[in-house]
Amino acid sequence: MPVPVLETKDLTIRFGGLTAVMDLNIHLDEGELVGLIGPNGAGKTTVFNMLTGVYKPSAGTISFCGELLCSAEHSVPPSQISIKGIARTFQNIRLFKELSVLDNVKIAYHQHVKYGLATSFFHIGKYAAEEKEIEKKAIDLLQLFGLENKKNEQAKNLPYGEQRRLEIARALATRPKLLLLDEPAAGMNPQETQNLMELIRFIREEFDLTILLIEHDMSLVMGVCERIYVLDYGRVIAQGSPAEIRTNPKVIEAYLGSEGIA
Amino acid sequence: MKKSTIINLIFVLAIGIALHLLRKAGFINGYYDHILTKICMFIIAAVSLNLINGICGQFSLGHAGFMAVGAYIAAIFTKNPGLIIPEAIAGMPRFFVALIIGGLMAAFVGFLVGLPTLRLRGDYLAITTLGFGEIIRVLLLNWKFVGGASGYFGIKPYANFLSVYVLAVITVFIIQNFITSSYGRACIAIREDEMAAETMGIHTTKYKIIAFVLAAFFAGIAGGIYAHLMQAIMPRDFSFLVSVDILLMVVLGGLGSTSGSIMAAIFLTLVTESLRRFQSLRVIIYSLMLIFIMIFRPQGLLGGQELSVSMLKEKIKLLFGRIKPEKGYASTNGTE
Amino acid sequence: MTLGQQILQQLINGIALGSVYALIALGYTMVYGIIRLINFAHGEVFMIGAFVGYFAITLFKFSFIPALIFAMLFCSLLGIIMERLAYKPLREAPRIAALMTAVGLSIFFQNLMVYLKWVGASPKAFPRVIEITRYEIMENVYLTSDKILTLGVALALMLALQYVVHKTKMGRAMRAVSQDKDAAQLMGINVDTTISFTFALGSALAAAGGILYAVSYGKIIYNMGTMPGLKAFVSAVLGGIGSIPGAVAGGMLLGIVENAVSAAGMSMLRDAVAFAILILILLIKPTGLLGKNTREKV
Ligand SMILES: Nc1ncnc2c1ncn2[C@@H]1O[C@H](COP(=O)(O)OP(=O)(O)OP(=O)(O)O)[C@@H](O)[C@H]1O
Ligand SMILES: [Mg+2]
Repeated sequence: MPVPVLETKDLTIRFGGLTAVMDLNIHLDEGELVGLIGPNGAGKTTVFNMLTGVYKPSAGTISFCGELLCSAEHSVPPSQISIKGIARTFQNIRLFKELSVLDNVKIAYHQHVKYGLATSFFHIGKYAAEEKEIEKKAIDLLQLFGLENKKNEQAKNLPYGEQRRLEIARALATRPKLLLLDEPAAGMNPQETQNLMELIRFIREEFDLTILLIEHDMSLVMGVCERIYVLDYGRVIAQGSPAEIRTNPKVIEAYLGSEGIA
Repeated sequence: MKKSTIINLIFVLAIGIALHLLRKAGFINGYYDHILTKICMFIIAAVSLNLINGICGQFSLGHAGFMAVGAYIAAIFTKNPGLIIPEAIAGMPRFFVALIIGGLMAAFVGFLVGLPTLRLRGDYLAITTLGFGEIIRVLLLNWKFVGGASGYFGIKPYANFLSVYVLAVITVFIIQNFITSSYGRACIAIREDEMAAETMGIHTTKYKIIAFVLAAFFAGIAGGIYAHLMQAIMPRDFSFLVSVDILLMVVLGGLGSTSGSIMAAIFLTLVTESLRRFQSLRVIIYSLMLIFIMIFRPQGLLGGQELSVSMLKEKIKLLFGRIKPEKGYASTNGTE
Repeated sequence: MTLGQQILQQLINGIALGSVYALIALGYTMVYGIIRLINFAHGEVFMIGAFVGYFAITLFKFSFIPALIFAMLFCSLLGIIMERLAYKPLREAPRIAALMTAVGLSIFFQNLMVYLKWVGASPKAFPRVIEITRYEIMENVYLTSDKILTLGVALALMLALQYVVHKTKMGRAMRAVSQDKDAAQLMGINVDTTISFTFALGSALAAAGGILYAVSYGKIIYNMGTMPGLKAFVSAVLGGIGSIPGAVAGGMLLGIVENAVSAAGMSMLRDAVAFAILILILLIKPTGLLGKNTREKV
């Protein structure tokens, strides 16, 4: 059996009295595109925060490519996790707003930069070649996302949909194996959502990615995901293919209270 | 090296040579010579503080403390010929070695101060560095070997205009190179959004410490220069108010702008000199300036742009209306 | 004098000093709790409080308690003005901007005092407001009347604060705003008024601290706020910044440690000790003794 890219065992986190996520057991195999859905406040973003080291779990473990990544006893800073190969976007876009689109992507390349600190003081040796390389790669990436003609604009001046795309481009620049997308279609119109869906499929092939996707837009989730986990009050209440999830009575009930399932 | 960097360097060299020739020809008297040297020293201090406060977005209030470390250490080495550095190294070479040792010592102290504070989010650095500056002063007041409160005297005046000018150019060159490199971008990312930077694989604590230690190093160099310019130093030369003076330079020039820090260092050093007799009034004006800039023009007087020779050229061309500017300016500061 | 007696005596002295730190630390911690700002000018409010008390007693011939109240009211007003003019415009700006403004205010007030003819740069003798008598509470352990006054006033003010924060509508608003500004706004709380009120409260306590400090040291000077201000901040961090009981505990603890260091004959290092404590607490338990571990929501 192949080693899963991501596997969590009894992952739990408490904030004071509130147990936001409880005994979460999920796994993602290489190349899968999996959805994580659930009503507001179910704990989806909190799962991402644990997977990326932003929050330390109260119990349980996270393994990445067969290796123990972190656990309640052993926390790892987010930067380390990024370097190991997990990248994410944020629900409430966290771009470097004042910086140019190009710089946003270049910054994410930093972990792969090949020249040392001393070189950066004097701009000698590999510096020029490497900077050129970074610039080229960043522009190539922006091109894929249709943002290359806006590379000198400040990130905050992009329209909302483009900001979301830029955030994905920035995450890809870290060259991840696993990409976590937190509501990438939020605030997009149906047409944009449709394009995004194609983009997500495309980058998965192009970059050999495994993707975990949080989304409220059911057409997107049902359209692209091969498998879905449903979270409610911090627990997985259902999992399976989109078709199974659509007809699962527990899921329907969980959603009835909030917004109903598409 | 980029073409524009080389142009800037040539320009800077030309100014240095011109000023030096003016001095030699007797157009600049001893007093102005002293002030020019002081300006160069403050440029080193301001540009390095800008690295931590402006680029990295952390708030250090201890620059005077690091200057004190550099000043006393460097002075000890030039005043005691046999100490650690072989006696054969004397005169100017000894001054430079002493400066570097002073800078390294300041950097080391910076590391000790930064390590516990910089790994935390929030404003602990401000209060820790403020406390550090006060403690350094208290320790120096009680250190008899360097004269305690009455001061440390008889330091040789090695810091002449030419040598300090060269040191300032080297400092600006290194710091600006750092800022425009990938490491500098990492620091800017921390300023913009620490959490996002961390998630992009930037070890934020490490880079904050690198920037802070680098800034402390150059502050130490500036302190060493101060000692060998004034020929006598005392603990109160490095009071909190000095840190605030340098802070004002950085703020006035626009947080994050190296060229702004340089211009403001020149301007404020001149103002300080001319208001020398009205100390408390000057501080009142400076503090009000700090407050008003923060409230009404937080981007500083230059608006956060980097000045460079090529940019001046574009502006001048614009003025004469022949060619339209084609490209945007430096992308990291692009608020056009 | 036995060691036990000595320790007890130093404990008393330490608590008296610590209660002054605690009064200042309360202002730091409340302001930090509500707008996440280290108000560097807080030490200057403490100093101005002492001066206002001085003028109230010497110029207006107030007796101690009216002078105390007058200084507290004056500083409350100062706190509100400071907040409205300097900090409010920067509430949405990057944090570094507000911090720099705070630094600017701090040195502005200090040097303004130097500049004012009737204050100046030299120290002034604070009038004796209480006859110093020594009471021997145990063999060889003394309590002086000025320490009783300090402790009494500090304690009364802390109890009053406790009442305001937990039993009044304004106190509830303060706690709500410090939890979540936006949610509080939605619940119909006037956030601006609440923040101003917090400044007023903190500044009044600092003014009281300033007068008590002046009473025990007998001298006031324009830069008297720097060190106590710094130490009060250390107290606030020690107790857990944002926590009111933490500020009191931290202040007391710092006062006691500092006195112990002086008593051990290392008074030169007294100031350095506070700094060492700050570094230690940041290394070991940055949330402080009584602080809660809060995580930034992402
Ligand atoms: N840092 C924190 N401190 C305290 N509680 C938190 C924290 N982060 C999240 N929570 C709580 O955990 C629960 C789950 O929140 P989470 O943001 O993970 O939900 P979500 O499923 O992403 O919801 P949404 O669809 O609205 O984004 C909520 O009740 C939230 O208030
Ligand atoms: Mg969420």
